[in-house]
Amino acid sequence: MSTRSAGGSLFLILLWSCAATTQTTAGKPPTLGTPVGAAEIARWDISIPPSGAGLPAGSGTARQGQQVYEQKCMACHGAKGAGKPADPLAGGTGSLASKAPMRTVGSYWPYATTVFDYIRRSMPFVQPHSLTNDEVYAVTAYVLNLNGIIGGEDVMNASTLPRVKMPNRDNFILVHPWKPKTP
Amino acid sequence: MNDEKNDGRRRFLAHGAALVGGAASASLSPPGGAQELAGQPWERVYGAAFTGYGQPAKHEAPVVRHIGRPYGDLAPGSGSALTPLESLEGIITPSALHNTRNHSGTPDIDPKQHRLLIHGLVARPLMFTVESLLHYPMTTRTHFVECSGNSSRGLAPQPAQVPAGAIHGNTSCSEWTGIPLRVLLEEAGLDKSAKWLLAEGADSAHMSRSVPVEKALDDALIALYQNGERLRPEQGYPVRLLLPGWEGNMSVKWLRRIKATDGPTHTKDETSKYTDPLPDGRSLQFTFEMGVKSLITRPSSTMTLPRPGLYEITGLAWSGAGRIRQVEVSTDGGATWSAATLLGEERPRAHVRFRLPWEWNGKPAVLQSRATDEKGRVQPARKDYFARYAPDMRYHNNSIVSWAVGADGKVTHVYA
Repeated sequence: MSTRSAGGSLFLILLWSCAATTQTTAGKPPTLGTPVGAAEIARWDISIPPSGAGLPAGSGTARQGQQVYEQKCMACHGAKGAGKPADPLAGGTGSLASKAPMRTVGSYWPYATTVFDYIRRSMPFVQPHSLTNDEVYAVTAYVLNLNGIIGGEDVMNASTLPRVKMPNRDNFILVHPWKPKTP
Repeated sequence: MNDEKNDGRRRFLAHGAALVGGAASASLSPPGGAQELAGQPWERVYGAAFTGYGQPAKHEAPVVRHIGRPYGDLAPGSGSALTPLESLEGIITPSALHNTRNHSGTPDIDPKQHRLLIHGLVARPLMFTVESLLHYPMTTRTHFVECSGNSSRGLAPQPAQVPAGAIHGNTSCSEWTGIPLRVLLEEAGLDKSAKWLLAEGADSAHMSRSVPVEKALDDALIALYQNGERLRPEQGYPVRLLLPGWEGNMSVKWLRRIKATDGPTHTKDETSKYTDPLPDGRSLQFTFEMGVKSLITRPSSTMTLPRPGLYEITGLAWSGAGRIRQVEVSTDGGATWSAATLLGEERPRAHVRFRLPWEWNGKPAVLQSRATDEKGRVQPARKDYFARYAPDMRYHNNSIVSWAVGADGKVTHVYA
């Protein structure tokens, strides 16, 4: 028993010195990320910037979108985007410098791509990802049409949506108060 | 040898049984003498057994978060739970009382299935399991997380007569442990053309924000632990982004994806919300840093001072720009100021505790605090904050808070 114990101690000492050596030579963090292919990334990448890069295939018009809206959106956003209990989606144009500003998709949002992005990623609130891409284009078109930004038969798709100029786009001042550290 | 061990165990058990028996008989028929000693009932009964995960004292049950649910039962997980700052002391917020702003509730994430994807303008798009993230060298730092909508209730036309935390408790301070984001970006080979990152959560809102690369390479953390234990689900379990000192909304919880981009993505929560409207109709966008701010937590709204005499005025101060340099306290509505003692002021972008002794003479008083940070920025007066913005501005309210003490000792919320 005492022999076994001595052997164990020797083994521990060897193990300890090994660990010490490893520790002193380890300069770089591990690299444990796994490479990912384009097809897999495409399934994850749902963010749509103002350029429209990444917009999926599909299309829709305001006329088509009205039906989807009334079924799946109106309960929270009210008839014709009037709001309550959730945010109003239409109206308020020209109110931003007044004493009672009304900030809606039409009066405030700078990019139409954001409307598509947000509806696709999280609407309807309690059933996200339940709309087809055609339905998302159509509802986006409906909300834009409610605000008089596009016509009722204008087709919204990957190429037309990024070209929609939102009325309030140029009224945002991009601020960068924070500067990177200098060495 | 084995027999000896067993004998010892038998003796121990017998001894224990005798102790328990003794306690039981004492409560049934107390032996003479012992009952004459001073002591409360709980001193005469054997205490509760161990618990695997501790709980606060049952008498502290009223100390809970102030929950706001703007959509009611329609979306019960959307809104915020504000920290009861008025009931807490020190600097660190207990994890269970940390402020929480959720857009679509708290997701129930299986850490074995959760993944973090880093892609976009990188040489090697990479997927990380949570298990792999736990094997990286970690950094531990103390930082506040404040929602940029914190204190918006303090902008209401009439001052709300509610506890301080119900107005200003959308800020908390924790010790966070995680991996510098820089390490993972270097592993993926961040391209020089990448100027921004898009960070996205795995909640059903897929809450997302754009972050300048400079911040990501500076002090951003991929946080896995809070106050020594793994993140709580409400705080982003199993992994969140932490951007010290910036709008809490940007420290994306339940982090599932980081995409390196050449410009901001202009997500819903950085355009339609979390932008700062100006009186002329224009708006400031990407005002990331939280301003210098302080708040007296005791005495504060809804409390009562029982009698004139010596009190300690105490509260919290913080700044997204760095360290707190000074906190001044006024008891006369801002006419005169005294410097308070600070605790924790060596830590940047963290709550600092301030204290000042105060002899209350029983006459009406208005208590205020005013913080200054290491950049020389001073917490603004209420009127100065209002002058800068459109009437419906509700973000970045770091203006001075006033509590009035009446002759009856009652403390109320006032606009002064």
